[in-house]
Amino acid sequence: MNKVVKNAEEAIAGIANGMTLMVGGFGLSGIPENSITAIVESGVKDLTCISNNAGVDDFGLGLLLQNHQIKKMISSYVGENAEFERQLLQGELEVELIPQGTLAERCRAGGAGIPAFFVSAGYGTEVAEGKEVREYNGKPHLLELALTADFAIVKAWKGDTHGNLIFRHTANNFNQAMATAGKITIAEVEELVPAGELDPNHIHTPGIFVQRIFQGSNYEKRIERLTER
Amino acid sequence: MALTKEQIAQRIAQELKDGYYVNLGIGIPTLVANYVPEGIEVVLQSENGMLGMGPFPEKGQADADMINAGKQTVTVLPGGSFFDSSTSFAMIRGGHVDLTVLGAFEVTDKGDIASWKIPGKMVKGMGGAMDLVASAKNIVVAMQHCSKDGQSKLLKECTLPLTGVRCVKKIVSDLAVIEVTDEGFRLLERAPGVSVDEIRKATAGRLVVEGEVPEMRF
Repeated sequence: MNKVVKNAEEAIAGIANGMTLMVGGFGLSGIPENSITAIVESGVKDLTCISNNAGVDDFGLGLLLQNHQIKKMISSYVGENAEFERQLLQGELEVELIPQGTLAERCRAGGAGIPAFFVSAGYGTEVAEGKEVREYNGKPHLLELALTADFAIVKAWKGDTHGNLIFRHTANNFNQAMATAGKITIAEVEELVPAGELDPNHIHTPGIFVQRIFQGSNYEKRIERLTER
Repeated sequence: MALTKEQIAQRIAQELKDGYYVNLGIGIPTLVANYVPEGIEVVLQSENGMLGMGPFPEKGQADADMINAGKQTVTVLPGGSFFDSSTSFAMIRGGHVDLTVLGAFEVTDKGDIASWKIPGKMVKGMGGAMDLVASAKNIVVAMQHCSKDGQSKLLKECTLPLTGVRCVKKIVSDLAVIEVTDEGFRLLERAPGVSVDEIRKATAGRLVVEGEVPEMRF
């Protein structure tokens, strides 16, 4: 078994124009910084990106937006990004907005082999347009479909050579569900250790879900809203 | 006198009970954490993946890996835990969160809420608001009773895109505490010095007033 790749450039090999990517993170927390940089440099375009947010103008997925590499964003919240707004208003970018919990569950379901499920979120709103409604426990629910991706790209704190991952604090967020839903899942970690060094009791993402792993470098870990007492 | 934002938060804090798991939205709801009554322990849930959310960090202690749903740096209290987004919304969708407090642009006398989108302006997205309002057992809305130009925000029908339907249970505005019932907005309490007539004038939806309506106490 050899899942370890040298760097981000090697990890993203095979990402091609028009593909669908899942990209982990919440705001700028827990985003795969190294892989995003490598995708910017690769120049692939017409990407569909499934990610809770769209970064800020000059960091995270905002870098791919600036470079006009994204055709469609599937997200729950895309504020904080002027370039995003400009492209949306100019019709250069398609956007599908999905309630955050539904987005997370659609990724989880995709990885778990559940093609569809019912949730109450969005009933009676524009999110419900065109969706089947069924009543369960006296409440109307919407049929939501699972999401999968050609590549899922996640960021973890620690990982081992078998692809086992441990996340840190709230930097887990969408990474854990997305890691299960990629045809190929790329994990970049702050610290890569030999198999056997991580306590199996502490693994968040078992290595079976991860196909490529590498230790990233020069993490900026930018804080979007520094708030102190 | 109409309540300040802090007073709205302070009045909502009276709804807290010992042992409650609570999700506080952005804005006035966040302030509720400053007024948890003495002797009551509540656990704050942040939907990006934390239970036991604590105050903002001391100067120089901020950690990029520890943020709340508003992307602000925060801390975790003893007994807290971290988890992924799908687990977080399992807590919300599964009815495990006791109380959700959030803001709104408009609410109706049937409990509908509009809080996420103003057409023609930038659409930022609904984030977790639709999941929260569709699932929470108990939703309290913190809001201003009227817009800056004096238009009522407590309506018969929302004019803005909906976040959820028939879900709001209680409203604490700068003028009143209101319960949403089958008959409409039932006036429970008045802000100190605000008359029933003033509240009636500020409320476009059906307002139900029964007997003497007490003033809020702080």
